[in-house]
Amino acid sequence: MLIKIKNSWDLSEKDVTSEEDFFSRRDFVKAAGIMGVGSAVNLMTPALAGAYQAETPPSGKYNGSDIKDEQTVLSAITSYNNFYEFGIEKDDPSKNAHSLVTKPWNITVDGHCENPGEYAVEDLVNFNALEERIYRMRCVEAWSMVIPWVGVSLSQVIEKLKPSLSARYIYFETLEDVEQMPGQARNIIQWPYREGLRMDEAMHPLSIMAVGLYGRTLENQNGAPLRLVVPWKYGFKGVKSIVKISFVEEKPNTSWMRLAPQEYGFFANVNPAVSHPRWSQASERRIGDFRRRKTLMFNGYGEMVAGLYDGMDLRRNY
Amino acid sequence: MEKKLSRLLIHTLSILPALWIGWQIWLWYSFLPHELSANPIEYITDFTGNWTIRFLLLTLSITPLVKLTKWRLLKYRRAIGLYAFLYGLLHFLNYMMLDYFFNWSLIIEDVLKRPAITFGMAGFAMLVILAITSFKFTKIKLGKNWTKLHQLIYILAISVTVHNYMMVKADVLIPLIHATILSILLLYRLYLNWSKRRERAKRQLA
Repeated sequence: MLIKIKNSWDLSEKDVTSEEDFFSRRDFVKAAGIMGVGSAVNLMTPALAGAYQAETPPSGKYNGSDIKDEQTVLSAITSYNNFYEFGIEKDDPSKNAHSLVTKPWNITVDGHCENPGEYAVEDLVNFNALEERIYRMRCVEAWSMVIPWVGVSLSQVIEKLKPSLSARYIYFETLEDVEQMPGQARNIIQWPYREGLRMDEAMHPLSIMAVGLYGRTLENQNGAPLRLVVPWKYGFKGVKSIVKISFVEEKPNTSWMRLAPQEYGFFANVNPAVSHPRWSQASERRIGDFRRRKTLMFNGYGEMVAGLYDGMDLRRNY
Repeated sequence: MEKKLSRLLIHTLSILPALWIGWQIWLWYSFLPHELSANPIEYITDFTGNWTIRFLLLTLSITPLVKLTKWRLLKYRRAIGLYAFLYGLLHFLNYMMLDYFFNWSLIIEDVLKRPAITFGMAGFAMLVILAITSFKFTKIKLGKNWTKLHQLIYILAISVTVHNYMMVKADVLIPLIHATILSILLLYRLYLNWSKRRERAKRQLA
């Protein structure tokens, strides 16, 4: 189902380190007294096996090829999740998300648009136009990952739905069903999970609707079958397992704003200068790394997105 | 014999979490599969922090248990209190070394600007004071002042529980359980104090 577009920096199967080399290299790393799992493990990641078309992405499109950082290992991406619908602990989603049924899956579209209605995932996402996007993901809890997502630009989805001019914001909802999402038995958050973007943010070429990562279909704990990824914002903006999209005039009251408005704002742009009231946002730990690193303004995407916030006080609009 | 056995049992049980986390850290360091999740430092932080509070609450439970059940537990109180110190020390070292790697500017900013960290650090400072004055000879030397000094544990426990509550992002269930137990233990002391005073007043009347 997934179409992998091969990029110049992709390794191929023949580049994969043999198991023997891998282990001796690991011993070397160990002997050198270096902690962290970094490079050696990353080489183990097979070069995204599977059929792909030799179709290059249209030029000028951002795909993350400038990110020289190592990609986070798949096992960490699928076992360390904040997805309270399946439990509060980081490993709860990977243990409990099997109860989520993602086929069939319908998304309700309503509000100010020409094409409201019920859509299957395949109707919203053009699976022939899937791209790989390697993005940093910075969680508000001060850890981060580098994830090779597979998806389409959110703007492609939105264009299909034809919002009218009165649509100033786009609003998303996660599924609410305690049978499939056992974590919803406790009211940690007012279910369903709600998120939103300003229309210009949503139409920005960096915003994507992801259906996969590492060349595979999304695991349930990562928000299958359809989730939002906005790489310059804190991870919680990336609403998972979406069942509803609305085009609205008013700024949506999102889940974390409801829970603690003095701590979480609507924009939630990654900003090392504006700390969370209870912990610093100046640094972060990349999963797999030992030392902290400095957090970058807009998570390193400032060149592309800073213009969206011209003239805005980002201290007040956090 | 029986006393020796129960002492051995208490020490064994108390040291088990420390041994377990040490073993897991060794596995992590050796690139072997471990239970510390993809973010081991965060896991160690939560683990050592929770055990610190548990041992503090246990220490505070000794007096009520002695009064209510007549078990002779008082002789174990110092050991249990020192285990609270051990886990607090591990928690502190994890923060200073693994988490912030002696990045003093970030640490100082954290302690001064973030009340949650301030409460934690204040709690740890008090814990250190109590630990270094816990020897028999300091107890004898300090005399009556020792008892007064060691009443710091009440403020310490409150400070640490507030720290626990403030550090949690959304699910405050566990900090609330800690706070509830602590409240019961503190209220029991207020009750003891009150009944003692009433006794005294009665005696004076008679």
